Amino acid sequence: MVESEFAQLKERFDYLSARQSVDHSAVDCPADKLVEFCTVLRDSLGFDLLVDVTAVDWDAQSPRFTGIYHLLSTTKHEYLRIAADCEDDIKPSLPSLCGVFAAANWHERETYDLMGIYYDGHPDLRRILMWDEYPYHPLRKDFPLAGIEVPLPADDVAEATGVAVSPAPMMGGPFVSSADGPMSQTEPSARDESWTEQEEKPTE
Amino acid sequence: MATTTKEISIGDLGARSSAHESELQGETMALNVGPSHPTTHGVLRLKMQLDGDVVKSCDPVLGYLHRGDEKIAENMTYNQFVPYTDRLDYLAPLANNVAYAMAVEKLAKLEVPERCEAIRVLCCELARVSSHLLGVGVYGMDAGAWTVFMYTFTEREKLYTLFEELTGARFTTSYTRIGGVARDIPDGWLGRVLEFCKGVLPVLDQVDKLLTRNRIFMDRTVGIGAISKEDAITYGLTGPNLRASGIDLDLRKDKPYLGYEKFDFEVPVGTTGDCYDRYLMRAEEIRQSVNIIRQCIDQFPEGSYYAEDAKKIFAPQKAKVLTSMEELIQNFMIVTEGPQIPAGEVYFEAENPKGALGFFIVSKGGGVPYRLKIRGPSFCNLSILNKLIPGHYLTDITVILGSLDFVMGECDR
Repeated sequence: MVESEFAQLKERFDYLSARQSVDHSAVDCPADKLVEFCTVLRDSLGFDLLVDVTAVDWDAQSPRFTGIYHLLSTTKHEYLRIAADCEDDIKPSLPSLCGVFAAANWHERETYDLMGIYYDGHPDLRRILMWDEYPYHPLRKDFPLAGIEVPLPADDVAEATGVAVSPAPMMGGPFVSSADGPMSQTEPSARDESWTEQEEKPTE
Repeated sequence: MATTTKEISIGDLGARSSAHESELQGETMALNVGPSHPTTHGVLRLKMQLDGDVVKSCDPVLGYLHRGDEKIAENMTYNQFVPYTDRLDYLAPLANNVAYAMAVEKLAKLEVPERCEAIRVLCCELARVSSHLLGVGVYGMDAGAWTVFMYTFTEREKLYTLFEELTGARFTTSYTRIGGVARDIPDGWLGRVLEFCKGVLPVLDQVDKLLTRNRIFMDRTVGIGAISKEDAITYGLTGPNLRASGIDLDLRKDKPYLGYEKFDFEVPVGTTGDCYDRYLMRAEEIRQSVNIIRQCIDQFPEGSYYAEDAKKIFAPQKAKVLTSMEELIQNFMIVTEGPQIPAGEVYFEAENPKGALGFFIVSKGGGVPYRLKIRGPSFCNLSILNKLIPGHYLTDITVILGSLDFVMGECDR
């Protein structure tokens, strides 16, 4: 999409604002206008294929969670990225796009499962990749790479065997790197991930 | 001898059978297929309700192959993640490697030389041939025709020998690096690829003769599992599954990358979107890929196989690292800190054999992605199952699943 088309969009929907992007055109859209905006995009602007739904956890920032949508026009062959911030940092939620695109169903279930975004109006908001009883949202930044010990999904089996799903042994590897910090910390190195969501992360 | 007769009353037959009927009516049977079942081509599990032989409802259960690839990606440098992309669509690892490298390069606004692009085109198309050969062969098997599999699998083995020569591994290739590929093509390799192309076409004709007009195969696939245009779009299908429904969308043509616009090839598009159409798409795509491979080899560019000016992204040649101070430092920085990629958000999709494999990368700068989301085409292609399967006979489930040609590795990630 060229600049003028964005200007037209902006004129029509004054709640939009441009979003920094290195590739496709991207807009920020308030969460409560998302369904309305996507319906128009699908029906009159030709963005008929919802290719991807995801979310980003900005960790210490507020708003902490941003929902990201990618639409593709099967006729104009253009992508559009829509970003919508979740207002609540504790229980983040966004309106569900299931009524507009059937593809949103599984994508939103996945984002709910891994990132913990609640999609209002979703017909069947269950976990999809992790099992139903799993208590955490693993893609959040405060979830450790090694994982956290949780009981087995089946209560009777857990009781009989006394086995739990335990964190991956991380001492001595795998060798991982972190996104920022001084060079001594970003070097790939074995990191101690024995802390959990219940236990405090050790301070250095 | 006197005979006695005994009257046996069987009562009102009509009333009895109608009473029995109501007992049977409305009773459904729960059937669980998978997660480990040959029909499901991996670890997909289907929870179904059957009324007699007809499926009333279907609830797919995923996640048996979930490895947390996206979480892992946030904790390692860009190049370290390349081997993980092998394990997405593990029937076309080379195509995944290329798609991932291109997504990161797009974020870095890095152009790779022509020779590198040509190598990558070969990788993508050979991966497509390999994936579709298996897809078509196994699909024959799903429909009850064993022979086809033997033919196509033999060809795929030859292809894997070529992959081994190119990358050092048959299966988990990890061939691309950000800014190039791991090594240049070996001597005489292009000739051997051409030889393979020459050999694969007669096999395709053979498969064609065995399947395309086969009465049994057609009975099992024509009109089964038809997906309408509208459904295909709203459920986000991509790749051959979308095109079988009559939508002409191929990212190689419509959003050309890697110089695909230079090649002359056709995009097969179906009409009815049934299982038979999806089979035809794959069979034809192999021929088109062979066509692209030949054109690519015909005008294979000379030059470097990696971006030489990307000093902070592509590690220097080993020979230079051992002799020159500057290259030694460069190598050290890239290995320890990772390729330096600027901050930003990028989404890139490549037309993979199974559909559009997308990577959404958020970078805050440095050598590690802040967030990396993988859009697996099989995940989207399978989301239509809830809608597609109900109403079909149980025996059709095998055929429908096979025609969608999914891989759980990229579905569960």
